[in-house]
Amino acid sequence: VTSGVAAVSRSRRDIDWARLFSSYGVYVGIVVLIVFNTLQNPNFIAYPNLRLQLVQVVPVAIVSLGLALVIGTRGIDISIGSVMAVAAATLAAFLWLGPIPAVVAALLAGMLLGAINGGLVAYVGIQPIVATLGMLVAGRGLALVIAEGRLTEIFDPLLGSLGSGSLPIPYIETYEAVAPFAAGVPFVILLTVAIAVLIAFVVGRTTFGRYILATGGNPIAARLSGVPVKATLLAVYIVSATLAAVAGIIATARTGASDPSFLGNLIELSAISAVVVGGTPFSGGRVRILGTLAGALFMQLMEATLIRNNLSDSVARMVAAVIIVSAVFIQREREG
Amino acid sequence: MDAGTASQEPLHPQSGLSPQPTLRGAEADVVTKRARVAAWIQSSAAAIVLAIVTLLGALAFGERFASVNNFLNIIEDSSFLLLLAVGMTFVIMGEGIDLSVGSMLALGAVMAAWAGQNGESVLALVLPLLVGASIGLANGALIAFGRMAPFIVTLGALLFARGLAFFVADNGNRVFLIPDDAWFTQLGQGEILGLSLPIWVAGVVFVAGWVLFNHTRFGAVVAAIGGAEDAARLMGLPIARAKVACYVGTAVLATLAGMMVAARSGSGLSSIAQGWELQAIAAVVIGGTLLTGGKGSMFGTLAGVLLLGVIQNLINQVGTLRPEWQLVVSGVFLLVVVVVQQLLTRAQR
Repeated sequence: VTSGVAAVSRSRRDIDWARLFSSYGVYVGIVVLIVFNTLQNPNFIAYPNLRLQLVQVVPVAIVSLGLALVIGTRGIDISIGSVMAVAAATLAAFLWLGPIPAVVAALLAGMLLGAINGGLVAYVGIQPIVATLGMLVAGRGLALVIAEGRLTEIFDPLLGSLGSGSLPIPYIETYEAVAPFAAGVPFVILLTVAIAVLIAFVVGRTTFGRYILATGGNPIAARLSGVPVKATLLAVYIVSATLAAVAGIIATARTGASDPSFLGNLIELSAISAVVVGGTPFSGGRVRILGTLAGALFMQLMEATLIRNNLSDSVARMVAAVIIVSAVFIQREREG
Repeated sequence: MDAGTASQEPLHPQSGLSPQPTLRGAEADVVTKRARVAAWIQSSAAAIVLAIVTLLGALAFGERFASVNNFLNIIEDSSFLLLLAVGMTFVIMGEGIDLSVGSMLALGAVMAAWAGQNGESVLALVLPLLVGASIGLANGALIAFGRMAPFIVTLGALLFARGLAFFVADNGNRVFLIPDDAWFTQLGQGEILGLSLPIWVAGVVFVAGWVLFNHTRFGAVVAAIGGAEDAARLMGLPIARAKVACYVGTAVLATLAGMMVAARSGSGLSSIAQGWELQAIAAVVIGGTLLTGGKGSMFGTLAGVLLLGVIQNLINQVGTLRPEWQLVVSGVFLLVVVVVQQLLTRAQR
């Protein structure tokens, strides 16, 4: 009892800055980047540019949401980029059946690869990084094999409008103040928001969500208290790969081309950055959905800022490296 | 939790292979024998598979595959990966991982070519090693003293080193050329007794690595870290120092491999060796070193590296196979090996 009281009084007196920073720093970072860019160029805050930034962040945001769940179980999935490429290649290969069967086939391909990842992790006991490392290598090869090593252009009106279309906001153009919003909200952003809400609901309000957090918090305790740890792990890797397939389909629909060699290449790094910067700890047991979306946006804005200031891609990588390592370092302080 | 969900998850999942604790007599002999066989397979599987694949390749392609020249080609091509894999064996043995070696190789190549573009061989030899050692030191310090996950630290180093390589090479738009008359190029092009210098370097590094791994206090400490880090710490072993040494070692060896690539081609490209970290990890794991650390074999690593080289060479020999099959084969092979290893580990319990 005494120690509990001591802990409470101590936590009242000292503000845990590291904890605050790793939980909410990402939002501050986004505001700082937006203010900084707007001061340099007022058009930055204009809707067309913000819309562009949001659309560009969609694939990373979607795969990051799946990855956040995996990291919530103390796992990792580095195969998401390759799964994106397999989904894109499958989409192109089945497009002759029509867009909807092709999308279904691509999603199924993603689920299958996720089931292999999850099966290896949950039932064989392979470390997540190794299982998904094998899938990273094999999946990229598989995508190239399916696509016969070629980039395939896709001319499908339905997929085209999914990738580039927007939901118009009716009558808005008659009001001058909000007229720029007449361009509407892109479908891909609506889809991302829908996925995020769904995942937030699953994590926060369902039994499966509690199983995920329990598995990540303490796998042994979870198993002893009857949580189906293996089934939970399997499901989480399937969800991650399925979301990667969704991201692959969206990216393909947006660019109008299925590119097996480069689609999703290194996206796992951006996704890991997004999740970590968003405050989801590597030690598992906690998943931050909004933080993950914010993390993805933060990394996107940072890259845009660096490029606007004529600092190249290479500097962006170095800065990303420093941000990832610092974010994890700060989390470590909190847990230590 | 209701009984239904609890019963899905037995408290002690039986692998079917693990022995019961109360065995006696003949039955116990069978079990220990099986465990011994499993352990033997684990440590020498890569060499056996290497022998079989080589034999099959020789039967299938005859002289085209099984010639001294082709074997020397395979060995020379493998010598760069071997440098990465020797370092990686120590890191994985100590229950770590280093994802930055591919980027470090590229950085080493770019740094060497940049430093050597005016023919300054000494600078080309010293500068990359210094940069490599510093990045390795940073990795090791963050992991050993900062107690951060190796995978996240070296992921950062992967990004950082590749970014630095591109930065030095003006975003990959510049390729620095080393003049042919600089003696530095001998590091890649020179020959001693008919064998190219990369083979010699890789050979020396392997032998040194093997001795360090099997017959020194350092090797024992690394194995102890991988086996049971807390116990090793309680025994007062110099854990932090050994970890830092491992990560400095992988970084320096990767840099050295990059310098050899630069010396061989006379240039430094910032985009080379992407994904080599995966090849190196695959070779080590295929060679029988457990990813959970504490158990491993340096000879296995050599066999793993050569096996990957032979498979690559055979896929090239077939000709009709698309090169991307190489990726599928490597990935699936890695997964099969880790699954088999997991089963063998259970059999030894």
